[in-house]
Amino acid sequence: MTFEIISMNGYGLYVWSSFIFTFISFFVLYHVIKFQLKKEQEKFKSKYFDLTEEKTENVKKQKTYREILAFTNISKI
Amino acid sequence: MNIFYKINNLSFRAQKYVFFLFIVVFSIGVVEALVLSPADYKQSDSVRIMYVHVPSAWTSVGIFSVIAILSLGNLIFKNKYFLTIAKSLAPSGLIFNIIALVTGAIWGRPTWGTWWAWDARITSMLVLCIFYILYILSWRVFENKESVNKITSVISILGLINLPIIKFSVEWWTTLHQPASITLSGSSIHSSMLLPLFIMTAAFVLFSVLIFLMKYNTELIKIKNKGLDRI
Repeated sequence: MTFEIISMNGYGLYVWSSFIFTFISFFVLYHVIKFQLKKEQEKFKSKYFDLTEEKTENVKKQKTYREILAFTNISKI
Repeated sequence: MNIFYKINNLSFRAQKYVFFLFIVVFSIGVVEALVLSPADYKQSDSVRIMYVHVPSAWTSVGIFSVIAILSLGNLIFKNKYFLTIAKSLAPSGLIFNIIALVTGAIWGRPTWGTWWAWDARITSMLVLCIFYILYILSWRVFENKESVNKITSVISILGLINLPIIKFSVEWWTTLHQPASITLSGSSIHSSMLLPLFIMTAAFVLFSVLIFLMKYNTELIKIKNKGLDRI
């Protein structure tokens, strides 16, 4: 059974390389986009903590900012 | 526009749910495609490449259609969210295009005896890949907001002309690539193969939604980062 799945009647090299290429592409794209997202989150964090208390209160009033704060875990700090 | 605020607020929460849904559907799809589905009477097990090749080609063409429609929408309604959504869709579209080209080449070797042929379908998919690259590069190269909006819109609308060529190339010209097996009038594929094909298509769509959400959230935070400077 295992050998049959690996060999795929002699087409194993083609079938497995197609699936592995797809997995690797997914993995690489996911991590590249995740890295970009983390980078922007870090930028947001450092800018947010540089704000004065009054400005921080203003930011918290806006819904999209509140979502970003929750998303970047700042609201839990 | 109220709908865009709803998208903005939903996009952050939806990300993790889409990720888990993708993992579940993709796992089922892979088991169906590699183990449970039958081999083809003519192509034997090489037919299993179809389960990654066809969904990636469909998704890639579908994403570019959405990008072009959104770009057209931006030119008409002058709404920046159209372009932000379009920009966020492009990376997954390009990756699916590359997967379709590479897996097509791998499938071509045992089926046609060649990795590549300058066939109308394959060449038009390569042209789509070039449009995707030009579109993504334009966002990186041009810094002037007005110019980049116009250039990316023009690229995607020009690329739209290529989509019917991809679809009908197998009917208009004599090609090495086979005609469509699934049409609006029905399918020539047996249900035992159709099920894994649809599950894998659902998984690929979920993956593109996941990447879209992550990229859209990145763009949104980028915009809000600039907003923090102005506060």
